[in-house]
Amino acid sequence: MKSLAIAVLWGLTFAAAHAAEPGRTPLPAIAIEKPGQCVEPKDVMRRDHMKLLKHQRDKTMHEGIRTKPHSLNECVSCHASQKTGTVLGAEGFCQSCHDYAAVKPDCWDCHQPKAKPALQSQSGPSNRDLLDAMQRGRGGQEVKP
Amino acid sequence: MSESMERAQPANDRHPLPREGDRGEGHPTSRRGFLATSAAALAGLTLAPGIRLVEIAAAKPDNEPVTAKVRWGMLIDTTRCQSGCTECVSACGKENGLSEVTKPRTDAQWIRKIDLKDLKTGHALSLPMMCQHCAHPPCVDVCPTGASFKRADGIVLVDRHICIGCRYCMMACPYKARSFVHEPHTDQNPEVPRGQGCVESCTLCVHRVDRGGTPACVEACAAAGHNAMLFGDLNDAESAISKRIREVKTTQVRADLKLDLGVRYEGI
Repeated sequence: MKSLAIAVLWGLTFAAAHAAEPGRTPLPAIAIEKPGQCVEPKDVMRRDHMKLLKHQRDKTMHEGIRTKPHSLNECVSCHASQKTGTVLGAEGFCQSCHDYAAVKPDCWDCHQPKAKPALQSQSGPSNRDLLDAMQRGRGGQEVKP
Repeated sequence: MSESMERAQPANDRHPLPREGDRGEGHPTSRRGFLATSAAALAGLTLAPGIRLVEIAAAKPDNEPVTAKVRWGMLIDTTRCQSGCTECVSACGKENGLSEVTKPRTDAQWIRKIDLKDLKTGHALSLPMMCQHCAHPPCVDVCPTGASFKRADGIVLVDRHICIGCRYCMMACPYKARSFVHEPHTDQNPEVPRGQGCVESCTLCVHRVDRGGTPACVEACAAAGHNAMLFGDLNDAESAISKRIREVKTTQVRADLKLDLGVRYEGI
């Protein structure tokens, strides 16, 4: 009787574990922590974000055009995990999806994957602004450069 | 000669931070007086110096490309540069995320201090040396991929997206201004991406300049009270740097190469 109970319990546990498993491949963890609209519609961003980034990269590098919406730093500042502060890692916004799609862009060999608003010179809010905003309890997010 | 001329000037006039277009108190037309003039006179006034007014606006709008109307340059006064002071070097490192140079043969140096001494006379001087932002840069000539390029406003840069790290430009540069990044980096300034496998050099702090700022070294030199570095637009006859190089004798290092440098030195 006891062994039957154990077998039933084991069966239930096994079934539950299988029900929770999403499939052979783990799906990417896409967490949108900051609510609001992205710079382009979602389907455009999913398919073409790399084209937008590449276009902006050449404009910035060669012509000094430093508009924000399509810049990599803006991606990072919005999508970096509030827990880890980065877009990388198993649950990072960029890396989890790139792992799923089996692509290995080398952006992060040179670019900074962590959101560091305090480090941005000139354009970003100053340390003082961020501190003031934090003291007001707004977490520094509403400070406009 | 140049020393006496320079000493005659009050130090405030040489401060690099007030940018071109800063006319000072001596200008005959006060703002109040200007506004009080009739509309017709106003139209006449704005028509003639209109171009000037556009140029005064230092910060270019973010969405406009740089143009050849501007040629950024720097003037370094070696008579004010202090031997042993490395404020410019450390400011550059901090701004651009360079680590302190512990292995001089391989660590990246965008700017370095050089002490010179005339062995016959004993006359010594100190100066910072960095990318001279040539109008005819040899590094651009030799680059096999087009990664090394000169922007329209005269700033010579490396496009790391295209650089294959062959280091021809390092051999071509007469000023030893370029460095190869040998090791991976993770602590970049978000505005200054840099990493292993590419060549890099002084960018004149292009990310600051594009937003109307001045290079970090110039700011640090002024903050340290030396005011030995002056940054500005060489194409603008009214800019502080243009006025200065018109007044005093300045030198291009290795002028015999006829590279038309953006960086000039005073007192060498």
